[in-house]
Amino acid sequence: MSSIKYDDYLLKDKLPLFWCGGCGNGNVLGSILRAFANLKFKRQKTVVVTGIGCWGKADDYINTNTFHGTHGRALAFATGIKLANPDLNVIALMGDGDGATIGGNHLIHAARRNVDITAVLVNNFNYGMTGGQYSGTTPEHSFTSTSRYGHIEEGFDLCKLAAAAGAPFVARGTVYGITQLDKLVEQALCKKGFSFVEVITPCPTHFGRLNGLKTASLMLNWIKENSVTKNQAEKMSDGEIRGKFVTGVFVDVDKEDYSTRYKKLQQRAAEAVEGGCDK
Amino acid sequence: MNSVTVNGLWCKKCGICVEYCPAKVFTAEKDGTPVPAYQEKCTGCGICVLRCPDFALDVGVDVDDGKR
Repeated sequence: MSSIKYDDYLLKDKLPLFWCGGCGNGNVLGSILRAFANLKFKRQKTVVVTGIGCWGKADDYINTNTFHGTHGRALAFATGIKLANPDLNVIALMGDGDGATIGGNHLIHAARRNVDITAVLVNNFNYGMTGGQYSGTTPEHSFTSTSRYGHIEEGFDLCKLAAAAGAPFVARGTVYGITQLDKLVEQALCKKGFSFVEVITPCPTHFGRLNGLKTASLMLNWIKENSVTKNQAEKMSDGEIRGKFVTGVFVDVDKEDYSTRYKKLQQRAAEAVEGGCDK
Repeated sequence: MNSVTVNGLWCKKCGICVEYCPAKVFTAEKDGTPVPAYQEKCTGCGICVLRCPDFALDVGVDVDDGKR
């Protein structure tokens, strides 16, 4: 396939991938690498920042600058990297346990500050690496290793959270809709400002096994059956939309990003010092 | 004819290519190993390459196909 050129960005000597058979993380990694290739991102000017968890291992396979941070703090490190060198393309990769549960506060504040980072949050509804405990996005009534009788909490709608916090680009894709995901990741990487993409991904090993979806194709079909587009969702009632994954671009607005504002602030401060502070 | 190759070292036998190939090119061995048994049916759409979570598939599209 001539259109798929991820070779320059994939560390092939590190393969096979660390993830379980049927895990969707490899697909999301592929989407990101294809987007890098299509947008001709320079490896030297790109930094991929990850946290801890299954998806946190993604940096091992990416042939750009990478930074493997602590649990839930990928966005905090990414913010620091972007502010220190605004010319870099900074991409933060987080899982749902990492980005929405342990690092949930970093997510809303990175969105509020509008730091020019692309955040790709892979949501597999549980803490996969540590044995499938429930996370902040685990759907109500589903089973995990710490909710054996059905989960009694409601899961976060992360796209609504990011949108409410002020992110100028918010989208959701699924591993089933891989071509749509390719486009969403590309759009997010092109966007100036904080861009957030949530990806619904299968975890047959933990979440799937306890919810009657223990093979990769069963999980993918479950995602397919429960995915609705934004346009379809607008025509559905609140009851019908419950438990569905709404896909598409929810927010795409132009806003001045943090680095631009900070540069202007620096200029104002420099002028004030040169002109003498009369006040 | 298009050529479909499976990298046995990277493949984790998840069965996604067997399930989702629109032309049903793959069969699975007892342990789940995919075998591109019907390569002559391959249309070169590349969906297996996109769907494979382990970068284990490659499709070589024969550009001369149909001209001969």
